[in-house]
Amino acid sequence: MLASKLILKCLERENVEFVFGYPGGALLPLYEALRTSPIKHILVRNEQAGPHYASGYARESGRVGVCMATSGPGATNLVTGIATAYLDSIPIVAITGQVNRDLIGTDAFQEADITGATAPFTKHSYLVKDAADIPRIIREAFYIASTGRPGPVLIDIPRDVQLENLKTGLTYDKVDILGYKPNLNGHSGQVKRAIKKIKEAKKPVIYAGGGVLLGHAEKELMTFAEKNDMPVITSLMGIGAFPEDHPLYSGIVGSHGFEFSNFVMNDADLIINIGARMSDRGTSKLTSFEENTDFIHIDIDPAEIGKNMETTIPIVGDAKTVLNELLAKDTSGDHSKWLDEIKKIKQEHPLVYDADPPCSEMINPKVMFRSMSEMTSDDSTLVADVGLNQIWSALYYRIIRERKFFTSGGLGTMGYSIPAACGVCFATLDHPKQVFAVCGDGSFQMSMGELGVIAEHQLNVKIILITNTKLGMVRQLQCDVFGKGHYSGTDLNFDIDFMKLAEAYGIKGYKVDKNEDFNKVLPEAIKHQGPVLIQCQVHPDFIRI
Amino acid sequence: MEKKTCLSLLVENNFGVLSRISGLFARRGYNIDSLTVGTTENAKFSRITITVTGDEQILTQIKKQLNKLIDVITVIELKPEESITRELVFIKVKADDTNRNQIVEISNMFRGNIVDVARESLIVEITGTRDKIDAFFNMVEPYGILEFIRSGDTGLQRGAKVLSF
Repeated sequence: MLASKLILKCLERENVEFVFGYPGGALLPLYEALRTSPIKHILVRNEQAGPHYASGYARESGRVGVCMATSGPGATNLVTGIATAYLDSIPIVAITGQVNRDLIGTDAFQEADITGATAPFTKHSYLVKDAADIPRIIREAFYIASTGRPGPVLIDIPRDVQLENLKTGLTYDKVDILGYKPNLNGHSGQVKRAIKKIKEAKKPVIYAGGGVLLGHAEKELMTFAEKNDMPVITSLMGIGAFPEDHPLYSGIVGSHGFEFSNFVMNDADLIINIGARMSDRGTSKLTSFEENTDFIHIDIDPAEIGKNMETTIPIVGDAKTVLNELLAKDTSGDHSKWLDEIKKIKQEHPLVYDADPPCSEMINPKVMFRSMSEMTSDDSTLVADVGLNQIWSALYYRIIRERKFFTSGGLGTMGYSIPAACGVCFATLDHPKQVFAVCGDGSFQMSMGELGVIAEHQLNVKIILITNTKLGMVRQLQCDVFGKGHYSGTDLNFDIDFMKLAEAYGIKGYKVDKNEDFNKVLPEAIKHQGPVLIQCQVHPDFIRI
Repeated sequence: MEKKTCLSLLVENNFGVLSRISGLFARRGYNIDSLTVGTTENAKFSRITITVTGDEQILTQIKKQLNKLIDVITVIELKPEESITRELVFIKVKADDTNRNQIVEISNMFRGNIVDVARESLIVEITGTRDKIDAFFNMVEPYGILEFIRSGDTGLQRGAKVLSF
């Protein structure tokens, strides 16, 4: 069998439905084989978007997303997307073409050392030097990407390897990697210690991170929180781990979280961290932790424990497995006093929606996302970009029931929302649902080319484009750090006619500058089968979260 | 408190494994004092000895991060009381007819070998622990050290225990 065919057979064996790719010289043999393969190829409009499509697909479906690019510039265009997936622990496999083996190292046309370039932010990578290794490498890549702490894996395949003829077929079945044995079960001694601490705690808080979602432990978290009457706070990546309309829900922590949530965390005597990294953005306001605050840190990645914060009780293991281990014992206590206290903290630090003129004369994005929450379905997915749009939607759009919220939390990659939302659409083609991409005029312009894919496939994505002809979040930082008026390089000084742009792609467009109008337009947009762009005009001085 | 620690790694002999390990140290801001790589009883594996300086938290992180690399099979700390470590050094010392014998005598005391002799210099080959080598340097310094190369520590655990997987 031709190696290029074997590669696709291997991908089929991993249940790959879609490959988000862009062809080129070093991938010609693979694309020739793709022509007759049942795997569907989606031609992205820039390789930079490819890993984001794969990421959105992976997050929605729980399966590994696959993207592909040719050697050299194609491969280097994947870099940001791969790093984005790495920081958020999203399982994707990136396949890149490489120049012929005998040309490697000669600075050949379109040659780039992509395994070297991506080493810092891939979970693992392969350069295939012998076609006979293909079945093993592809199986290992998918296994590594999707198990333990998930993450991106890159496979670099020289053109002449793709053209080799092989006698053997799918020979490799069972994965056995000596240096990779993820630990799922919590250490029984540490679990015992944790149980004791939980029983003793007067003011416990559960801090849920992205690990709860990646480990599909939402149900276990709910049972654990309800059984022990414990408040739940999430990180930005943990949004969706616990429904926001639940009485025990206590908000989002961090420098861009809710003020009251940070105060609740500060007052806690026990923080049970489940799958959160305690990153600088998540903890910058938590500098004044009481000395008697205890930390239980549950994480599947041992290196996360103790990396950013000292831990009282470390538990290495899968969120679902460890929660079940904790659920097996009675840890309940009366926390009604603590919950009353939280109610008080919440009242003392209420959410502020009001804006003064001139900001109030245009769309108030906080109110907009609150009202949007009332109009979307219980199983919708919202993909937020990076910037003010991200924080507004994270804080004010309510993730309840089966709703999902995806964003580039760790790397903060602008341009994420549109391709990732498209990935969500491809993952749900057989059971269409409401998919929203939320972005600003900055992030939209980074991925604008992908409108071509949306139009071509008539993806049912609703783009909520918040425009203020400014790079809002950087502007906010400039104002905070250097004072009002110290704006530099943050004006998008050209009033693009986004309606004409939508029209050019045959996409239905709406432009609104009043909350009432948005409320009228959104149900219409949702009803419309196919892509819609809603441009929501916000005053440039509305820079508060 | 900062301390020097010697780590022994068993790794798969795969493409790029050394650059993955050295890259990890570079990008996380850890300092490598020395690093040696060599073949093992099994052609599929290599053994790497790394000496690093850092406080307890950093050393723990280094071990955990190394363990995360797929090609790394095992990482252990070579504790002085449970292991032997040695370093190989070549030292080129200024030497002429008036003092050559004295240097040879010092070298003999340290069980060094003279591996090269010229009219104005000689090269001593010496192996040992870091302390012994430092002491030898101290002794020959007055004669004038022209140049030297230290291999960095390499070592094994004592007893029948082996790095397994």
